[in-house]
Formats: sequence, C-alpha cells, structure tokens
Amino acid sequence: MNFVDLDRVSLRYGEDGDGTLALHGTTLRVATGEFVAVVGPSGCGKSTLMKVVTGLWPASAGTVIVSGREVTGPLSIVGMAFQNPTLLPWRTTLDNVMLPLEIVSPHCTRLRKERVAYVTKARDLLGLVGLKGFEEHFPWQLSGGMQQRASLCRALIHDPSLLMLDEPFAALDMFTREELWLALQDLWLARRPTVILVTHDLREAVFLADRVLVMSARPGRIVAERAVTLPRPRKLDVTYEPTSIAVVHELREHISAARASAA
Amino acid sequence: MAAAETLDLPPVRPHRRALGRKALRRLLPWLVIVAIFVVWELVVRAFAIEQFILPAPSAIFAAGWEWRWPILDNSWQTLMTTVVGFGFAVVFGLLAGIAIGSSTLVYDGFYPALVGFNSIPKVAVIPILVIWFGIGTVPAIITAFLISFFPILVNVAAGIATVEPELKDVLRALGAKRWQVIQKVGLPRSMPYFFASLKVAITFAFVGSIVAETVAANKGIGNLMLVASSRFEVPLAFAGLLMTSIMGIAMYLVCSLLERRTTGWATRGIETAAPRA
Repeated sequence: MNFVDLDRVSLRYGEDGDGTLALHGTTLRVATGEFVAVVGPSGCGKSTLMKVVTGLWPASAGTVIVSGREVTGPLSIVGMAFQNPTLLPWRTTLDNVMLPLEIVSPHCTRLRKERVAYVTKARDLLGLVGLKGFEEHFPWQLSGGMQQRASLCRALIHDPSLLMLDEPFAALDMFTREELWLALQDLWLARRPTVILVTHDLREAVFLADRVLVMSARPGRIVAERAVTLPRPRKLDVTYEPTSIAVVHELREHISAARASAA
Repeated sequence: MAAAETLDLPPVRPHRRALGRKALRRLLPWLVIVAIFVVWELVVRAFAIEQFILPAPSAIFAAGWEWRWPILDNSWQTLMTTVVGFGFAVVFGLLAGIAIGSSTLVYDGFYPALVGFNSIPKVAVIPILVIWFGIGTVPAIITAFLISFFPILVNVAAGIATVEPELKDVLRALGAKRWQVIQKVGLPRSMPYFFASLKVAITFAFVGSIVAETVAANKGIGNLMLVASSRFEVPLAFAGLLMTSIMGIAMYLVCSLLERRTTGWATRGIETAAPRA
C-alpha cells in the first residue's frame, strides 16, 4: 500500500502564479515503511517536494495523498529534521526532544500525567543516538553532530508514521555523517516509519535508502529511480563495495544528464 | 582521557591576569564616576565658575544633604509615576508586540500609524493631557507610558516576526496551531529583545515623567528642579538631576538582573565552553 502518493503535482511559488515553477508534474509513490531518498542537482525543488508532501505548501496542481487522505493543510503526523538542527536554545536537550509531545495529540493531553514514562522514552531515544549524559545540556553546549542527533530524536519522539529529512547531515563532517547514517538506520529498523530523505550525497542515499529517486533540474520532477537491494542492517563498508559503487555511478550519470538538459 | 592523564604534561597555570581583569571590570564603573566628579570639581575651582552657572559636586552634595527630605519625597513621587507608566508600557507593549509580530496583516496595517504616532514629540502632548486630566500625577504617568511603550513593542514584534521558518515548519508539521507556535517559540525567542528594550524603555520613562512634572505638576523631581532653578538654587537643581540618574541606574540594574535571570541562554559567555563530541 502506498503511504505517500503524489500524482502529477506542480507547485509555483508566489501568490499570483508568476513566481518560480518549482515542481512540474511530479509523480511519486512511497510504500508504507519504505525508506526513499531523493537526489538531484541543487535547486531542483527537493525541499519544495518536502513542503508539498507535508502540506506546508499547497500544491498548485495535481493531487497529494498521504495515508489514504488527500492533503489540504499541514499534516500532524510528520517528524521533520533539517540541515540546521533548529533546537531551541532556551531548552535543555531533553526538553527540546520532548517538544513534539507538547503539541501532538494524544500525547499533549497525557504528558502531564505520564510525564515519567515520556521522559524515560526520550532518554532512551537519546541513548540510542549516543547522547546519554547530555540530557540536561543546552544545545549551545553540544557540538554540531550532537545537535543534529538531538534534532533526529525530536523528529522521532512522537512515533511519526512519516519522517521527512531535508539534508539533515549536509553540514556535518564525513565521520560524523557516517556515524549518524548508522544511527538513523538503527532508528528506522526499530520503528519502521516511512522515510523520505532529501540529500545531495549519493553515497548517503545508496547506503540508507530502499529506493533512490533522481529529480531533474528545475522545474523538478522524478526522472529516474533505482532500487537498492543491499541486505539490512547495512555496514559502512558496504558503501565501498563494487555493487553500491556501481549504483552511485549510475545515479551520478542521471544527475549529470539532468544538469546538462537544464543548461 | 585516561591516555592523556598518563602523559607528562606541564601543570596547569592559574590565569592570573584574567583574575585581575575581573576585579578591574567590577571596579571600573565606580572609578569612572569618581573620576568624573573629581575632574568636575577641579574644573569648577580652577576656573572659579560661579555657583549659579555650574555648581561644584561638593556644593551639589551639600545641597542634596540640606534638602534631603524634600528631595526624597519628590523622588518617590517621580519613581512611582515612572514605574506605573513603565508598567503599563510593559503590559501593552508586550501584547501589542505579540499581535503585530505574529501577523503580517496586523503588522502592515498598524505599523505606519504607530510610527506616525511615535514621531510626535511627547512634550507637545502634555498640554493636551493637562486639558484632559488636569495638573498632577496622571499626565506624568501617561507621558512615561507613551514614551516607553514603543521601543518595547518594536522589539517584541521583531523577536516574534523573525522566528526561523524551519522552526515554524517543524511545529506546523506536528499540527501546531498558530498560538502554539507563538507560545513555544515566538515568545521565548523574543524575550532577549524584550529585556533589551526594557533597559532602554525604563530610562525613557524617567525622561517622560520628569518632563511632564516640569511642565504640569506640583510634585516630583521635575517640579523640584523647576522651582529650584527659578529661585537660582542651582546646586539643588543639580542634586535633583543626580537623584534622577541614581534612580535611572537602579531601575536599569533591576531590568538587567531580570534579563540575566530569565534569558541567560541568549547572553551565554565563553566561560561555558562546549564539550567535544
């Protein structure tokens, strides 16, 4: 069953329809529990795609169906993480992670009564990404990689059925990035949310995703897709093995073609 | 860590100069104030300036002591009107700032009118206030309010209007309502701006109430200074000025203490160095 179903979706920014055409006839299907990566040349509308799927921006044309329902406004079941960790500097790491619980029902009404249980859950999640002992630290006392881990936890604390990741590791160094790939894979294997990961790192896409979609240059649409059948859980060495290198090369060519056609 | 400890490292030297600097930083404001008075005294004596033109600090202090009860009485009046006007400004500035900062429609609609309103010199309004409310405390309170309201409003509005769009998206994608975004992110984020504006606004409020007292009151430091200078008791007028400064500094300190208590995260120093991942 498809969890996310985009049918010939277009999006034009601006109020009177004379703005940038960011998406043009994008068709995209993601199965429940699938991990999909979207790659493409820069400025191809990857982030716009995220906004359309989550209902933050209404599509100008076409239909967006998530979880069997047409999207007309912001969804309330989505966890999101961005390149910028966007943690709140006046909250401790623990309180930052627990922020969604204060908003999403039914957690927001239960939070006061079952606070202990929720705190335990948040601490467990932080432990899973290696942030044990930093719960009471403030974001500005953490390194960039640690902040991004906390941001991932915040995206997952309310068990969202859809996880949208917009280049979450782009600002990190390679070693931290690879570490977080593993952390993200573990989190995904443990809970199996549907994931859409936007990235410009092909190795990252191949390592993490079940399926990689290639977007064309603006106005963006999906021009190619490639299933990645490597067994799970994947180890980092996998990214240096010929099979996955071959996939990376193949995707690379698609992107070069997409860039060439734009130029 | 363990490996590092076994290494033969030189002992950690205490940072002597930093300690000295810290003491100097604490002492410096007092030194500056004393120095100003000393230079002032010397200049007045060296050039033999007449007392009714520029009184020496010693004369000002003497006058201040001689008239201590009327000065305290009038200072209390000024402090009260200022704090009441300032209090209204805080409440209304905060509310209006939230309203204006959280909606582009309200912002676009009201901002030009507010700017126009703020451009009116408040002194020019006092005679009208006197017609409405008579001479006394009320015009002073209103003037203090009018003059300190705007900086608070502008700062709160700026703090709320500049919330990072990604942060808004994170909350909206969780199904957060508009007021939830304001409550969870907008308001806490605007607090540093708010407290910064309080420090400006409180000094403005003193200006407002004292100007109003000079024009239209029979009590307060402004009135005392007016009466003193009309009687050529210039040292007394200066003592009034001095008292105003002291009250201004005191209220400023209260505001900055509040600021440090509530929004320490925004003014974090380098002392709290980040641990490495």
